[in-house]
Amino acid sequence: MSATPRIHTRSESGEPVAAAGIGAVKIDVRELNFYYGRFQALKNVSIEIPARQVTAFIGPSGCGKSTLLRTFNRMFEIYPDQRAEGRIVVDGEDILKSRRDVALIRARIGMVFQKPTPFPMSIHENIAFGIRLYEKLSKAEIAVRVESALTRAALWDEVKDKLQQTGTSLSGGQQQRLCIARAVAIRPEIILLDEPCSALDPISTAKVEELIEELKNDYTVVIVTHNMQQAARVSDRTAFMYMGELVEYGPTEGIFTRPARKQTEDYITGRFG
Amino acid sequence: MISRYRRRRLLNAFNLTMAVLATAFGLFWLVWILWTTIRFGAGAVNTALFTQDTPAPGASGGGLRNAFVGSLILLGMAVAIGAPVGVLAGTWLAEFAARRRLGAVVRFLNDILLSAPSIVIGLFAYAIIVDPSGRFSAYSGGVALALILIPVVVRTTDEMLRLVPGSLREAAIALGTPYWKLVTRITWKAAASGILTGILLGIARISGETAPLLFTALNNQYWSTDLGHPIANLPVVIFQFAMSPYTNWQSMAWAGAFIAVAFILLLNLVARMLLGRRRPRA
Repeated sequence: MSATPRIHTRSESGEPVAAAGIGAVKIDVRELNFYYGRFQALKNVSIEIPARQVTAFIGPSGCGKSTLLRTFNRMFEIYPDQRAEGRIVVDGEDILKSRRDVALIRARIGMVFQKPTPFPMSIHENIAFGIRLYEKLSKAEIAVRVESALTRAALWDEVKDKLQQTGTSLSGGQQQRLCIARAVAIRPEIILLDEPCSALDPISTAKVEELIEELKNDYTVVIVTHNMQQAARVSDRTAFMYMGELVEYGPTEGIFTRPARKQTEDYITGRFG
Repeated sequence: MISRYRRRRLLNAFNLTMAVLATAFGLFWLVWILWTTIRFGAGAVNTALFTQDTPAPGASGGGLRNAFVGSLILLGMAVAIGAPVGVLAGTWLAEFAARRRLGAVVRFLNDILLSAPSIVIGLFAYAIIVDPSGRFSAYSGGVALALILIPVVVRTTDEMLRLVPGSLREAAIALGTPYWKLVTRITWKAAASGILTGILLGIARISGETAPLLFTALNNQYWSTDLGHPIANLPVVIFQFAMSPYTNWQSMAWAGAFIAVAFILLLNLVARMLLGRRRPRA
C-alpha cells in the first residue's frame, strides 16, 4: 500500500502533489467545482492532463467523471441550471472565462458520446457538415478531407462505396467510428470520449480501442469509462474519482497495480462500485 | 387466498369484456357512417362530377368541379399561411422556450386555440375581414382555415422536435454548431416526417370544416377563382345540397361527402406511412 514516487496523488487542499514526469500539460484543471442546480457534483478537482496521451477517468456511477469531461468543452452551458467554478486552462487560456466564441473552443476539443449520434444525413455529409462549419472548401477538397477523416477512424474501407447512404444505416460500431471521424475531421487538438464503447459489442469495442491507441499520436485523448479493463488497456494515465472528488491520479500501471489509496484499491478489485 | 385469486380473474374477465364491447360500440358507428357514405355516395360519382359546375336548383346533371377547385384553393391558402407559422412557432416552443415559463404559457394558450370551436374562428374572421371589406371572400375563408390549422401544426411540430434525442443536439453542439444551424440542418431533418405528418393531419382536420366557411368564403354557384369574391367549396355545398328538396342536389351531396371522406382517408394513410417510415431515432 505504500505510495511509490511515480504515483501522483494530491493533498487535502486539492493542489497537485507532484507533476514531475507528466510531459507537456494540455489541460490544466484547477480547483474546479461543478453544480447541477444546488447539487455539487465536482468538489475542488485539480488535475493536469498531458498532451498526446490517453487519460482515463474511472469510478462508480455518479462519481462525476462524465461531468468533469463535459466541462472541458463547456457542454454544460446549454443547460441553464448547471454551472462550473474554477479554472480549466487549455494551452494557457482559461476556457471557462474565455471571451471568444465558444464554438471556437469546441472546434479544438472534439467529443464522442456514449450512444452513437450520426446526424440524419448521408455518411459523407455527416463528416462534411463539421468541416463546413469552419472552412470554406471546394467539393473536391471536402472529399479529400472526408476520406482522410474516415481513414483515420478506420472506417473508409467499409463505407467508401456507400458514402451517400444515410449514417444511421451503419451498424452501431460503425456509427461510433463515424462519430470519431466526424470529430477528427475538424482537426481538433483534444478528443473527449464519454464511454464510447458502452453501447458496442466486443468486436466493435476492440476496433474503437485500437483507434484510440492510434489517435494519441496526434491528439490528447481523454476517455471516461465504466470498464476498468478498458482503462487499463487503452490509457497511459488513470484518474479514479469517487463522490465528486478526484481520489487518485497517476500512470495507469501504478493505479492498477499499486494504488495508493484504499478506496482506489477497493474499486479496482471489485469490492464496490 | 384462492377466493381472492378467483375474484381477480372474474374482475379481469368482466373488465376485458366491457373494454371489447366499448371498442365494438365505437367502431360500429364508424363503420356505419363509412358504409352509408359509400352506399349513397359511390354510386353518384361520375366524370361529370369533376368536369361540370354545380347545377341550378331543380336542374338535372351538373357536377362539383367549382366546389372541388374552390376547396383546394382554400386549403392551399390555409397551408401557405398556417404551415410556416405553425412550424416556426412549434420550433420556437421546442427549441428555444422548452424550459422557459413563457414557453409553458404559449403551449397552454395554443392548446386552448386547438380546441376552440371552429364557429368562433369563423366569427372572428368575419369580424376582422368580411365585415370591414364589405363582402364574403375566398381569402377570408383561407385565413379562417389557417387559424384552425396553426395550433395543430404548432402542437405536432413541438412534440416531434421534442422527440429528437438530446444526444443529437449535444453532438452537434460539441462540434461547435451554432444553434440556428443545429435546428435547420439537424433537428428539423430528424423530425421532418413527423412535422409533415402534422401538416397533413391538420389539412385533414380543416378540409371538412363548414362553420367557419359559412361566415367567410360562403359559397358560389358558379365557377370562380377570384380570391376577393365568395368561392364554392365542398363542405358548404354539401351542407346546402343535403338540406335542399331536390333529389339531384341530394345525391350530389352524397357524392361530395364520399369524395371528402376518401380524401381525408388518403391524407391519413399518407401521414401514417410517413410517420411509420422514419421516426426520430433514439
